[in-house]
Amino acid sequence: MIEVKHLSKRFGTVEVLQDINAQFHKGKVNQIIGKSGSGKSVLAKCIIGLYAPEKGEVFYDGTSFATMDKDQRKQLRQEIGMLFQSNALFDSLTVMQNVMFPLQMFATMSESEMRERAQFCLKRVKIDGQGKKFPAEISGGMQKRVGIARAIAMKPKYLFVDEPNSGLDPQTSIVIDELIKEITEEFDTTTVVITHDMNSVIGIADEIFFIHNKKLWWQGSRDELMASDNQELQEFIFAGSLMRQVRKAMRGQ
Amino acid sequence: MALLFHIGRYFLLLGEVFSKPERLSVYWKRTVEEMDLLGVKSLGIVSLLSLFMGAVITIQTKTNIDSPLIPQYVVGFTVRQSTILEFSPTIISLILAGKVGSTIAAEIGSMRVREQIDALDIMGVNSAGYLILPKIIATALINPFLIIISMFLSIFGGWLAGTLSGIISSSDYITGVQYDFDPYIVTYALIKTVVFAVIIATVSAYQGYYTKGGTREVGISSTKAVVYSDVVILVANYMLTQLLLL
Repeated sequence: MIEVKHLSKRFGTVEVLQDINAQFHKGKVNQIIGKSGSGKSVLAKCIIGLYAPEKGEVFYDGTSFATMDKDQRKQLRQEIGMLFQSNALFDSLTVMQNVMFPLQMFATMSESEMRERAQFCLKRVKIDGQGKKFPAEISGGMQKRVGIARAIAMKPKYLFVDEPNSGLDPQTSIVIDELIKEITEEFDTTTVVITHDMNSVIGIADEIFFIHNKKLWWQGSRDELMASDNQELQEFIFAGSLMRQVRKAMRGQ
Repeated sequence: MALLFHIGRYFLLLGEVFSKPERLSVYWKRTVEEMDLLGVKSLGIVSLLSLFMGAVITIQTKTNIDSPLIPQYVVGFTVRQSTILEFSPTIISLILAGKVGSTIAAEIGSMRVREQIDALDIMGVNSAGYLILPKIIATALINPFLIIISMFLSIFGGWLAGTLSGIISSSDYITGVQYDFDPYIVTYALIKTVVFAVIIATVSAYQGYYTKGGTREVGISSTKAVVYSDVVILVANYMLTQLLLL
């Protein structure tokens, strides 16, 4: 479990996050939603430790990130997998080498075992057979899958996913969402997904965290989300016509 | 204040770069790749420049000391001295700062803006060490070889230009090249080369590593990498010359 306590972050004089408190549970898909520029990605980067918060703390299974020394942080990071919005695959490495990369840096296994593990991960995300290609030679959806394969290579306890559906067509988005859900359940990871894609939220979220006006404005499950009367949340969720129709259908109108 | 900030951050980055590598074998493999990319692939431009540099020094020396009181072999002597002491280690390093420095800054800067450095950090990899250390070692190892090749080619270029144009005989030129040779000047040149190589790799990597923004900023970082590397090389050249020759 990841716990965020009283977290605040500012850049210069601009306050981005204010007193955020949240718990992200193991084996669940925890989705952080909010408008563009609301601070979702900043929150994720504070949790991972890429940004240092001004106030507050982040706890990984009860241990404060702030109190960890360099080696403990390094150890923790080997337990974190992350899929970036831009995929962040290494251009000069093939698909197979990208997935093998964290293993080569940290795992104590032979070259053939590493290859076997990478092969398993690629197979798990249904992209085996593409190992010899470079990231530039495969589609955006396939790159996402490679990103997920690399993220799970080290059998992570925590999985962070930043805007998994950006730049993808609706069909591929669903496939990627389902993959994230399956992997969360299969590997029992604490998964944190940053998104503003409501289809993804309706599709796979177990717990939803709505960031608005620098604060954690609302928190709840999918069913609670649809039933909520919170005005700002409603405005955000039902901004699209499709979602308005979903609400109508749910309310029997 | 800004200058102090950058100097401080540069040395902090170097602290990260020289911390213990995660996997020596991976770092060594990367170092060999960098030696090829940054060194071997610079051989063409270094060779071309050196040949013409020697040729021009020969012609200019000959036209400027065309006096019956000065022996002909002085041309060869001047080419050798100016090539080994200054032209090969300094001018070629300045050229390499343009080629290699911009490559390093652009590569690391692109990785920064495309979140690949964040990906390394999140995996627990020391991104500064992984990306920069192999480049420092590679340039420090390969640049002396490039400069030695440059020295030979520059002197050869001078001989070629001198003999082909008929302004000096081959024997006079070779006598001048061999005249009063002090091997220490080669040592001095190679010490300078290694220092300049480290400057090129670290200053350029620093510019790339702290790139913020998008592709335009990557371009700006590349330009800054070349300009700042050149400035630091010139300052270091003066200091090293005073330290090692006086």
